[in-house]
Amino acid sequence: MPTVSRREFIGTGGALIVSFGGFHAQAQGPFDTHASHIDPNQLDSWVAVAGDGTVTAKTGKCDFGQGIYTAQTQLVAEELCVPVARVKLIQCDTDSTPDQGTTSGSQSSPTNFRTQGLAEAAATAREALLEMAARQWKISPQQLTVAEGVITAAGGRRITYAQLIGGKQFHLMLSATAKRRPRDQWKVLGKPVSSLDRKALMTGQFEFVQSVKVPGMLHGRVVRPPQMGATLASVDKNSVSDIPGVQVVVRKDFVGVVAGTQHAAVLAARQLAVKWKPGPDLPAQADFYDYLQKQPSQDELLVDSGNVEQTLVAGKPLRAKYFWPYQMHGSLGSSCAVADVQNGKVTVWSPTQSVYPTRSCIAKILGVPLETVRVIFRRGAGCYGLNGADAVSFDAAVLSHAVGKPVRLQFSREDEMRWENLGAAVVTEHRAAIGPDGTIIAWHRENWEAALGNRPGYENPGNVISGVLLGYEPQKPRPAPAKPPQGRLRNQSNTVPEYMAGCIGDTCGGGGTVHNERVLTHQALSPVFTGPLRSPLRIQNTFANECFMDELAASVKADPVEFRLRHLKDPRVIAVLKAAAKAANWGAPSSARANGTGRGVACVNYEGGNGYAAMIADVEVNRETGEIRPQRFVVAIDCGAVSNPDGLRNQTEGGVLQGMSRALIEEVKWDSRHITSTDWVSYPALYLDYEMPEVEVVIVEPPDAPATGAGETAITIVGPAIANAVFDATGARLRQVPLTRERVRAALA
Amino acid sequence: MPQLRLRVNGQSHTVTVDPETPLLFVLNDNLGLRGPRFGCGLAQCGACTVMMHGQAIRSCVKPVGSVGADEITTLEGLGSPDKPHPIQQAFIDEGAAQCGYCMSGVILTAKAALDANPRASDEQIRTALGGVLCRCYAHNRIMKAIRRYAHSLAS
Repeated sequence: MPTVSRREFIGTGGALIVSFGGFHAQAQGPFDTHASHIDPNQLDSWVAVAGDGTVTAKTGKCDFGQGIYTAQTQLVAEELCVPVARVKLIQCDTDSTPDQGTTSGSQSSPTNFRTQGLAEAAATAREALLEMAARQWKISPQQLTVAEGVITAAGGRRITYAQLIGGKQFHLMLSATAKRRPRDQWKVLGKPVSSLDRKALMTGQFEFVQSVKVPGMLHGRVVRPPQMGATLASVDKNSVSDIPGVQVVVRKDFVGVVAGTQHAAVLAARQLAVKWKPGPDLPAQADFYDYLQKQPSQDELLVDSGNVEQTLVAGKPLRAKYFWPYQMHGSLGSSCAVADVQNGKVTVWSPTQSVYPTRSCIAKILGVPLETVRVIFRRGAGCYGLNGADAVSFDAAVLSHAVGKPVRLQFSREDEMRWENLGAAVVTEHRAAIGPDGTIIAWHRENWEAALGNRPGYENPGNVISGVLLGYEPQKPRPAPAKPPQGRLRNQSNTVPEYMAGCIGDTCGGGGTVHNERVLTHQALSPVFTGPLRSPLRIQNTFANECFMDELAASVKADPVEFRLRHLKDPRVIAVLKAAAKAANWGAPSSARANGTGRGVACVNYEGGNGYAAMIADVEVNRETGEIRPQRFVVAIDCGAVSNPDGLRNQTEGGVLQGMSRALIEEVKWDSRHITSTDWVSYPALYLDYEMPEVEVVIVEPPDAPATGAGETAITIVGPAIANAVFDATGARLRQVPLTRERVRAALA
Repeated sequence: MPQLRLRVNGQSHTVTVDPETPLLFVLNDNLGLRGPRFGCGLAQCGACTVMMHGQAIRSCVKPVGSVGADEITTLEGLGSPDKPHPIQQAFIDEGAAQCGYCMSGVILTAKAALDANPRASDEQIRTALGGVLCRCYAHNRIMKAIRRYAHSLAS
């Protein structure tokens, strides 16, 4: 998938870089964004103190349930030395918050919890307030203390933030030298603060985007084509004339209806007579992985030491291929947005992860000036990546634009599932040889990734279905052979196993010891849309890497934990691996375990330095039915400085069980015409009657490490830990996800 | 279009709607309630759950015309952020949600099961929740919260 610098913007600092290169010259803001009307270098863009001492903070990172709203509130409270209850956080509104791009990719913590963004702003504000008090009293700021928003000098003189600046602006730039409060003095951050949305969620008061109401609001539905590539032939608007108040909206291949009530809109969408010109058939699912490997591809070499093949030939290489299917975000609530396009203004309440990019795409789609468009984030159902949020926002804007009234649009379950940007199908082939001393002497890795579309970003509405129907093109792989690797190792998709040295020239950016290494990726055109789904490509890659590592260990009868340690030199991966092994009592005699049970291990250095996790999985395998029942997961996680331990545990527990669901049962199905996984019968999930294994989370927190991402780390290692445990229990290798009963029975046969 | 009288969370309402309209749409759009939410429209996930005569029902497939005079309770009818119902308090204490979109299905279905059998075993509770989905996979905390509430009933 064209992962356009999803994560390559750390360290760009607060500098406003204006690029003049070419026709599409676009001023650049920090965080891989465009420059916006809200200057991220100005403190007033981030923090304000009201006359009553309340602190309002503004952030471009928003909460979908991962807990970042609470954590960011804690951050502001900590840095400004005020109670959590006195902080009001405004998240993701293009009228008032700085452009921080997309809330994705485990980047909220690295972006806002280190020394940039919100952390820098809050620290700057505290120092500025101390400076103001010091000036007023003609003493040094070092002589002051601050607590609860009150600055105190020796001798007991006191002044509040409100008295210093209440209701007024700072008129200051962010200060790169502003000091974060030292971690050993944290009072709010690093503590298990109860998530601030909980009471509203549990009592039905929380305003999801699905609950947003605008006066005079109408209700919409879309009418999607019957298959990918189908184009509109005709629409018979009279076919819905018996339903009162229905308007039919047609624009190129986009078809939608608007009515006074949801019920009327649902009926009209069902009843509207639309004729489509068919698109091409989809490749058969039964041999799709073979098909994928034969497509022309855009290739990339991540590492190539140049001597792998010779060394492999000299040894006795082990070879294995792994398969990961298309999977869905499958949000519990279908995506919804409310758009109000009237009087030259566009306002969209959207569950998007990317308010500014969405604003840019909507301006483009409607052909209106950017400054007339406002996108306001409201949480939808958990998205886990690019679900239908962006598509529904574009569609709602088109409908409202056409009818001149505010329109609420919620997808049907089928609209959501059939047309979302799926997690990519990936095939991975490993070949490696082990030397006489029991270490890997050469390793070749090659994979094939299906890609079509992606996040729309600022410029590409065609990356999701709505844009394509409106006439925009999706991003596609551009077939070309790989060039020799250059620069520093880029392992943001966990393509390179952490046991490789990752050397390009003399610079070795990997965390491991294998120097004869070659990693080649092929990106081929996907017949269906793909996009980021929690740990995109990282979950697929880690499954293949960690399962193969287990096969290598078994081939020399080595203990899988010890064999990993033999090839690791990154101290943080080593630490989580040892922590998980210790907590799970790894190494206890297997005779102590019941028949049909097994344990497996997996670990990850997420994105080459954005979090670390290791897992020991205990599973039971029923040889008759082929059913795998995980019994217990012990997961050790290191995400640097922890903002909220309860939030981290919640994310990790959920991520682990979601990873288990994806490993055991989730797979998108299709026929020759279209995706057939369109509801919770045709796309399986684990309901609340499933007896879940216990998840024990061990937090490993190195004293001085800055915050990394945490929401996507643990999910990557669940599949391989389970598959490796099945091997331990049965001696059978499972190399294709989902690890269904049929596949287990076949492997045991 | 006929006028219908509904009893929701202890209050009477008169709405003018097509009786075939799913109850969910009336609760959301006519009465402005946020607790029950559209998840699938197919009675497969539970996000739209409300209680009617002690049973958890799926309001996305319940025609409003079939409700009659029966009292309907939504998640906001159980308690408020200031005065949550004990089962809501148990969920707050356990932090048993991530996105929280599933809460109507989870809490009301569990409450209906424990109302009917306050001594329900874990297995009986799980069976009752067999049609309720949480895609964030907060399953373990959800079960802990329900157990916490069940223990408070027992003691």
